[in-house]
Amino acid sequence: MADSTHCVKLIESFVDSSSTPAQQAASIDAIAALVKNDMLTLESLVREMAMYLTTTDSFLRARGTLLLGELLACLASKPLESETVLSLIGFFTERLADWKALHGALIGCLALLRRKGNVGVVSSSKALAVAQSYLQNVQVQSLRQSDRKLCFELLGCLLERYPDDIVHLDDVLIPGICESIDGEKDPECLMLAFHIVEVLVHLYPDPTGPLASFATDLFENLSCYFPIHFTHPKGEDIDVKKEELSRTLMVAFASTPLFEPFAIPLLLEKLSSSLPLAKVESLKYLSYCSDKYGAARMAKHVKVIWSALKDIIYTSPESVLLLESEIVDGMSFQESHTVTEALILLQKVFCQNSDLLIDLIVIDEDIKKTVDSIYQFKEYTGIPLADKQRLHAVGSILYFSAKSSIGSCNRVFEAFFPCLINALGISAENSVALLSSPCNFGATYLCVELLAGCRALVVRTKGNATSNVIVQEAWCDILCTYSTSLTKLFSFTLITGVDGSTQNACLHSGVKGLQILATFPGDFSPISKSVYESILLKLISVVTGNCKDAFLWKLALKALVEVGSFVDKSEDTEKAQSFNAIVVDKIASFMLCDDLSMPLPLKLEIISSIGTTGLSYMQKFLQGLECSLLASLSGVYVRGDPENLEIATSLLECYSCDVLPWFDSIGGQEEVQFHFALTIWGQIGNILSFCASSQEQKLLSAAMTAMQYAVGRCLAENQTVIIDRAFGILLSTTSLPINDLMDEITSVKVEGYKSNDDLGCMSCREKWIISLFASVVAALRPQAHIANVKVILRLFLTTQLSGHVPSAQALGSIINKLPVKVENMDASNVFSLEDAIDLIFSSRVWSLCNEGPTNCSVARNNNETSIRNNLLIQSHAIEGLAWIGKGLLMRGHEKVKDLIVTLLSCLLSNHSEGSLPCTEQEFLCVMRSAADAFHILVSDSEACLNKRLHATIRPLYKQRLFSIVLPIILSLISKADSSIQRAMLYRAFANVVSGTPLSAVLSEAKKLIPILVDSLFVLSEDILNKDIVYCILLVLSGIMTDKKRSEVVEENAHIIVRRLIALMSYPHMMVIRETAIQCLTAMSELPHARIYPMRTQVLLSLLKTLDDPKRAVRLEAVKCRQACVSYMEFIYPQLPRVHIAIQSRHI
Amino acid sequence: MVVGLINANPVVYEKKERRPRTGPVVLEDEYAVESIDHLVNFSLTFLHHIRDIKDPEHPYSLEDLKVITEDAIEVDDKRSYVRVTFTPTVEHCSMATVIGLCLRVKLMRSLPSRYKVDIRVAPGTHATEAAVNKQLNDKERVAAALENPNLVGMVDDCLAPSFE
Repeated sequence: MADSTHCVKLIESFVDSSSTPAQQAASIDAIAALVKNDMLTLESLVREMAMYLTTTDSFLRARGTLLLGELLACLASKPLESETVLSLIGFFTERLADWKALHGALIGCLALLRRKGNVGVVSSSKALAVAQSYLQNVQVQSLRQSDRKLCFELLGCLLERYPDDIVHLDDVLIPGICESIDGEKDPECLMLAFHIVEVLVHLYPDPTGPLASFATDLFENLSCYFPIHFTHPKGEDIDVKKEELSRTLMVAFASTPLFEPFAIPLLLEKLSSSLPLAKVESLKYLSYCSDKYGAARMAKHVKVIWSALKDIIYTSPESVLLLESEIVDGMSFQESHTVTEALILLQKVFCQNSDLLIDLIVIDEDIKKTVDSIYQFKEYTGIPLADKQRLHAVGSILYFSAKSSIGSCNRVFEAFFPCLINALGISAENSVALLSSPCNFGATYLCVELLAGCRALVVRTKGNATSNVIVQEAWCDILCTYSTSLTKLFSFTLITGVDGSTQNACLHSGVKGLQILATFPGDFSPISKSVYESILLKLISVVTGNCKDAFLWKLALKALVEVGSFVDKSEDTEKAQSFNAIVVDKIASFMLCDDLSMPLPLKLEIISSIGTTGLSYMQKFLQGLECSLLASLSGVYVRGDPENLEIATSLLECYSCDVLPWFDSIGGQEEVQFHFALTIWGQIGNILSFCASSQEQKLLSAAMTAMQYAVGRCLAENQTVIIDRAFGILLSTTSLPINDLMDEITSVKVEGYKSNDDLGCMSCREKWIISLFASVVAALRPQAHIANVKVILRLFLTTQLSGHVPSAQALGSIINKLPVKVENMDASNVFSLEDAIDLIFSSRVWSLCNEGPTNCSVARNNNETSIRNNLLIQSHAIEGLAWIGKGLLMRGHEKVKDLIVTLLSCLLSNHSEGSLPCTEQEFLCVMRSAADAFHILVSDSEACLNKRLHATIRPLYKQRLFSIVLPIILSLISKADSSIQRAMLYRAFANVVSGTPLSAVLSEAKKLIPILVDSLFVLSEDILNKDIVYCILLVLSGIMTDKKRSEVVEENAHIIVRRLIALMSYPHMMVIRETAIQCLTAMSELPHARIYPMRTQVLLSLLKTLDDPKRAVRLEAVKCRQACVSYMEFIYPQLPRVHIAIQSRHI
Repeated sequence: MVVGLINANPVVYEKKERRPRTGPVVLEDEYAVESIDHLVNFSLTFLHHIRDIKDPEHPYSLEDLKVITEDAIEVDDKRSYVRVTFTPTVEHCSMATVIGLCLRVKLMRSLPSRYKVDIRVAPGTHATEAAVNKQLNDKERVAAALENPNLVGMVDDCLAPSFE
């Protein structure tokens, strides 16, 4: 047992008015710990506290009660004796009458009532006593916000946990609750209050019960909050959002049908308000409430709701017609929030009282007037805006009427369809006479909307109604009668498009109509097979023939895609056959023939959009694609044909962007990728002489991307097949020194000689084969087996020296994926990672990098050109080494350290001896490539060594590099003696830091900041470094915005600000200036003692920046200036004088 | 003396829709000059800041109350000249000078120093039009006003939302 003096001390420290809140909290925690560990019983505590709980000094009493209440809140899970709970709840119930100690009493009651399970809970009779005392004694609205909140929590807790006992208090409970809510304004309290109403209503489900008499009062209390409108200024912290509050109120509104006589009139009244917010809210509430109140109760409101809805949909001023140029969907309105909600409500009403509503719609004067006057709306452009809006409104009303139920669909058809048909001038027989005049836009539009509604109805009822039921319906009869003529009419709108007389809106309606007719679900279709086929023929003829009208072409293609995906999903074999025969075959044959009437990009778009609707379609198109690809490729190889070059490039892009990824996405189609890769290799193997062409680089890179993608998606065993095949072709290429490389001795010789030649000496075919081979290697999975790794490595080491980057990337990829150890060493050509590393470290690449430019003993005696050549080769070697290093680094190999040391020594190579005939620039080139090697090491690459291409990636490899390189570079920087060396070291440092994740950089922030600032200074001198400067600035701003590092920033504030001010006028890159100013704004939040001395300087340079040529920079400058100014005036009220003198100088 | 609101129940107008700025253009010329003007779109210039200044009396912006409208601002970047004409909500509005002061301070803080700022009450909308105009364009009086801590506090309150 704890000794009582300690306990008394703790109690005193809590009750004492002079102790800080932290001390009070600490003493509560200490007492709670004592009780939890059974060092102190509650009884003895209460006995110790007796004086504080009963004294006449109201302050001490309040503190004492609060202590006990908060203690109980801490002990929610501590088991207590039932007598203890009994006496405690009795005490708190009594205390509810003592308004001075009410806060503690409320907390105590709440803590006890919330206790759960077998730890000792309040009995129901006691809970009833609490409720009674509460209702009798507590005047909720006279309390402060925190107490009101507690009161509502207590009420909610009572209602939720003791409903069966509370329910008997009905004659005091409901008025009591009404009274406590009345006049509440705080959002948090209101959330609780609305919830209480909802729970309360569920306590009395009987519609004639006690609630009925109080419903008026209760609703009156709720109704004054609708619609929820916050007047709080933006800055104030409110935890409750307007949407949440509005939602809670809505649930409370809809909690009982008893509210219906009050709620619906109120909502309808607000609906006619001019505030858009009130309108939207009313519509939302109406939709929700009508669900809960039920169809019977809502029936009498249908008429009023309909007229209100019609007004909104008809004349909503907010729905603005999109400009003609923005049209994508024909006549489309940007629907406002209000209209969207109104349409939702319309559907709700249809669901509940479909018959009543359709009666109203059919006899509605306005709709009738619009439909009757449809003759006027012949041409889209001739219709005034108001009429367009009306047309749109009627269209959506017709759509929803037809969609909602079979009965209403019948009614709406009978009422409006004949009139529309008349306006269109068609009859049940296929009259051809109508084709003489352009079709009526208004009628077409409404017709299409009506058809769309029917289709939606059929789709919706497909599951539960048999087709027979639908077919017998009246609307169906009517539609079947007219379907053929409608199809003709819609097709006709497309034909007139040729002479340019029709508008886009008309075309859109026509195409949409055709699409709807063609996609009625299979068991019910108003059109016969021949009509269906004629629709398809029409659409396909537009797509294959008419590419001049881009809008129509796009529409038709979209419609075909819709039809295709519909057919693919439905089980209707008849339709699928027609689609296959008419559309797919036509397109496939279209691809095969060398038809130049349509540009290739359009053809490819057709294939990629229609092909993606079904697997069988795409497979058919694939043959056509392949044929034209091979034909165009051979055209390029053999004749160097520039036309074919373009075709082949776009075909390859189509493969790598659309076709192959699509096969990948549907899964299980690796064969396609495999086949594609083999086909390309086969083609290259067959053609022995290539015709060099000037712009083939683009084609080659397209081919490499496609090849890489295809190989990357193949399975490991297929990859092995591909690589063997490719290697075979490589071997047969006599111009390459493969056979020499097979031999140990000659290989060294070859490496030496070959590398002196630059890339231009490689023949075109060689280049293709090597590049494609490199992209295959880069995409291999680690499990794929590569025969002859040694030879391949040597080959790439050789080609890489001539500046062939894909070779270097392939080298990195091999090193990254080779197995570490091979068990069965007997096979001579099995090669492990260690062997590969040995091979590389004994190769010329490695020795070149370790030589340093001045020690080129060979070069010393030679002429200038050969030295220059040597330097070039050296920088290529460095780049190759960087990719190898990346491969090693990503798999976490130790050797990467040696490699980094080598790279750094290249970077520092001393060239100060003036004896060499080369210019400084050329040496700089080598050093720069060494610095940029770090960029390769640390950045993510799209071309190789990424997840997509199955690289082995150890987690946190960038952090590892950072921790290896940072200490070395830091010490080298401090030792560096020439400015060039220092600049290069900073460059390497910047590359590493900007590639490392920020969290790793942050932990080293203290060391880094001075170096970062220095590197900003050094690197910003050269315009070529602007991207690197931006990267460092981002790292710096990342450190500055991290709250935990503000001390470090504070220490270095002086140098940072000076550097940022200089960068604020950096002329070459806008984002650098912008970011620098943002950083300065962030700095203004540092303690003023640090910032104050720099302020004048900052403000003066900001004056210049206000005149920056770029708008974004000026905006940031204004913000920064405001931050500085307001800060200054806050701390030094007398200072503005000086500053304002500067400001008002130029009035 | 009980001081009531000068215009207790002002008319609040609907705001002009603010179009979001078009996304960054890919091939933007790093050295091109985007001049200060409002010809492109009212909301696209930094002058859109002044429409967010809060009214001294009500929690509405000057734009809400149509104190400032788009065509009441005249900018000439080449001649470094800005003229703002504002319309007080009522003729006898004693807040006109405070509104004018807010506009001036905001523009002083936002424009480069080469600018000459001219702030005027729209002709015929205020009882003491000439006096207000004179007061607002007198640099000594503006400087003096800004030394009054009460006035500066009021101005800062009004300007606060325009920096968000």
